[in-house]
Amino acid sequence: MCLSVKNINKRHDKHLSVANDISFTINDGQLGALIGPSGCGKTTMLRMIAGFEKPDSGCIHICGQQMFSHKKNTAPEKRLTGMVFQDYALFPHLTVYENITFGPSKNSKKEIEKLITMTGLSGNEKKYPHELSGGQQQRVALARALAPKPGLLLMDEPFSNLDVSLREFLSEEVRFILNEFGTTGLLVTHNQHEAFAMADQIGVMKDGKLLQWDTADNLYYKPASYDVARFVGEGSFVNASRISSGIVDSEVGSFTDNRPGDLKGIESVKLFIRPEDVFINHESSHKAKLIKSHFRGPGRFHTFELPSGDQLTCLDKCPKRLELNKDYGISVCDANVTLLN
Amino acid sequence: MTELFKRNRGFIISALIALTTLSPVIFIVMSGFKAEVEIWSHLKQYVLPELLKNTALLVVGVISITAVLGVTLAWLTSFYDFFGRSIFDKILLLPLAIPAYVMAFIYTGLLDFSGPVQTLIRAHLPFLSPYFPEIRSAWGVVLVISLSIFPYVYLMSSSGFRSMGRSVVEASQSLSAGKVYTLFRVTIPMARPWIFGGLVLVFMETLADFGAVSVFNYDTFTTGVYKAWYGFFSINAASLLASILVVIVLLIFLTESYFRRKQQFFNKGNPMPIQREKLNGKNAFVAFLFCASVFCLAFVIPVGQLLVWTIESFKMEISSHYIKLLGNTLFLGVIGTIVTMMVAIILAYSQRRMKDFKTGVAAKLSLAGYALPGTVLAVGMINVIAGVDRFLISFFDLFGIQISNGLLRGSLILLPFCYMVRFLTAGYNPVFSNMTRLTTSMDEASRIMKVSGAKLLSKIHLPLISRGIITGSILVLVEIMKEMPVTLMLRPFGWDTLAVKIFELTSEGEWERAALPAITLVLAGMIPIFILTFIGRDKK
Repeated sequence: MCLSVKNINKRHDKHLSVANDISFTINDGQLGALIGPSGCGKTTMLRMIAGFEKPDSGCIHICGQQMFSHKKNTAPEKRLTGMVFQDYALFPHLTVYENITFGPSKNSKKEIEKLITMTGLSGNEKKYPHELSGGQQQRVALARALAPKPGLLLMDEPFSNLDVSLREFLSEEVRFILNEFGTTGLLVTHNQHEAFAMADQIGVMKDGKLLQWDTADNLYYKPASYDVARFVGEGSFVNASRISSGIVDSEVGSFTDNRPGDLKGIESVKLFIRPEDVFINHESSHKAKLIKSHFRGPGRFHTFELPSGDQLTCLDKCPKRLELNKDYGISVCDANVTLLN
Repeated sequence: MTELFKRNRGFIISALIALTTLSPVIFIVMSGFKAEVEIWSHLKQYVLPELLKNTALLVVGVISITAVLGVTLAWLTSFYDFFGRSIFDKILLLPLAIPAYVMAFIYTGLLDFSGPVQTLIRAHLPFLSPYFPEIRSAWGVVLVISLSIFPYVYLMSSSGFRSMGRSVVEASQSLSAGKVYTLFRVTIPMARPWIFGGLVLVFMETLADFGAVSVFNYDTFTTGVYKAWYGFFSINAASLLASILVVIVLLIFLTESYFRRKQQFFNKGNPMPIQREKLNGKNAFVAFLFCASVFCLAFVIPVGQLLVWTIESFKMEISSHYIKLLGNTLFLGVIGTIVTMMVAIILAYSQRRMKDFKTGVAAKLSLAGYALPGTVLAVGMINVIAGVDRFLISFFDLFGIQISNGLLRGSLILLPFCYMVRFLTAGYNPVFSNMTRLTTSMDEASRIMKVSGAKLLSKIHLPLISRGIITGSILVLVEIMKEMPVTLMLRPFGWDTLAVKIFELTSEGEWERAALPAITLVLAGMIPIFILTFIGRDKK
């Protein structure tokens, strides 16, 4: 296990908890990501792992070594971590080559050259950071962080200063480079698509709590809570009730409930339904009124209103013309419906 | 033709201002070439070697000491937290309120043979007395000037350290670099454009200093220029010496703009602020002690001594004569400020829409006067007057009007003009930085709403730039009040100011009598520092 974070707590002051009993692990060679809205505490978590901020309690292990516990706090320069900063933090007075070889590392010339080639910086070694484009600066930041062969690479919003197309291109490339070097990493981002594209394991944070630490598929299809469901991707919440053990009934149909636990009378729950799991089916007995419809890349995005007033969104990939304010039959693919309390 | 003027209005106006402010320099260089061969060989043989040696020693000494003091203090207050840090952060600028010539006479009075310190030593520790160093020496001047201007380096280094933000320091740490390595490989090199910028200011101030070196009878180029004019009555000799200074100043001036340009590469907008490391125990004590001792030496002791002298001599000195001096100082200050601010506003407007290279150069040249030592400016001005007077005399001669004396020589209008040349930058910078908020789209927006002309000026422009005008006026007024060499050399008879009086009194060793005018200037000097620290810097 390359990174292990256990029961980390941190308060900025009495009212604001930025880390509330956070635990997760990342295996060797894997890339983890922390996502969440701004102010959720993800960057603070990263900085605590790097050693720039001190947790109130808990412990942190990196590459099997204890770096933080209630009686130990290893200095950042001795933590075996590399870091890519949001603003890159390149040294403006040093050339690209001097930036990459900064610090007391024992790299051979050949290794540095390989790194420069891998990161696509060949020919720019003698330039200064301000002479480079944003994307190139990003590459220097990555190469510099990788040069000392860190046990763990931390990345704080590494692509947020780049434009969209470059961001996608670079995030794939970075994933490829990390794989090549077998580097374990942790990425912090507010952009979930970036996390999906790069990370093996993703944590969703909100108000200093780690809501769920899971694979991208599980976050999307099996969100553990209302907040995760709302933050990751799009979808609608529909009121439903558990009528008997194993069955949930709602305005859009009945679904099986395979959660363990006994039923204590009728219990109201929420169904979380992704737009791509909603289909227009004229034979269906469940009717809903179309109140909004707009074109979206592949297909059209419809918003229906159920008799109770709940709204349901639907992504129709082979759209036919529908009329607003008319009732249509809809059906829901029950494989991916999530039950939330 | 009018079309051409309209299109190049900004450039033409800035170029005219540049030509006016640079006229003294142009005349100096022209007249320097006219210096008689005997004068030149005399200067070369007897005067120049000593002046060069003294000036070089002074500049090197002051730069070294201010660099160590300024950078160390800025480093402590920017990266560490200890008892008193936030107060030191502000009050370490206060020594700037004490003009170097005031600092000079205070320390001379304190430390020379008949001063209280040596008297005390002779009375109680007589065996130490022979080892007491002579204050009227090169090291004395160097220390005194350093104490009064090190805040320039401190201020600039602080903003250098603070503008780099925390992430580069953290990046260095994450690359396994230790503290010392980070300091010398990242922190100081990254702040270098600011540190050097501060040192260039120190260089200019030291080179331009006239008052402090006069108190110590330490001959440098500025006093050389003064003596050549006052002693030999040779304007050409003075001009010759002055043109050597002009060349040096020109070099520094170019260096300064180089560093200023470099700061832009290094500056990355709004970085995350540095997290100061808390110092404890011995380290905290040493940091506190260092800041406190520098502050005591550079502010508490001199101001304390001034107060003591002022109290001793108050009854004698607070007379109609003092009131007259104060009146003269304020009168010249206000007139000078009005002239300076008018030119500053015109220049700022001419720069507003024209963003091309030649207009920028013209503005830069217009502002170059701040680099000119006062004595050089005065000698240049004397040359200009002579030229203009010659022209006027021959002009009136055409109409049969005979004028024996020059019209401008000894006239009061020269001083405000000189102040404008010297302090235009101080007035221009705040106005211009306010004006950057005044975008062209605001003009367009108000035009669309049918507001233009005078109404546009009074409703939109004036409210937005008025703060800049006020700040600029205060800065200029205080600078003029403290100004010594130009006023000394060009004032009409009977127009002594506080600064001139201090010069006269201290050249006779009358420290106590100089205390009241000096403390007046120190109090005035504190106003801009309060504006700078408590309004300007807090907002960042």
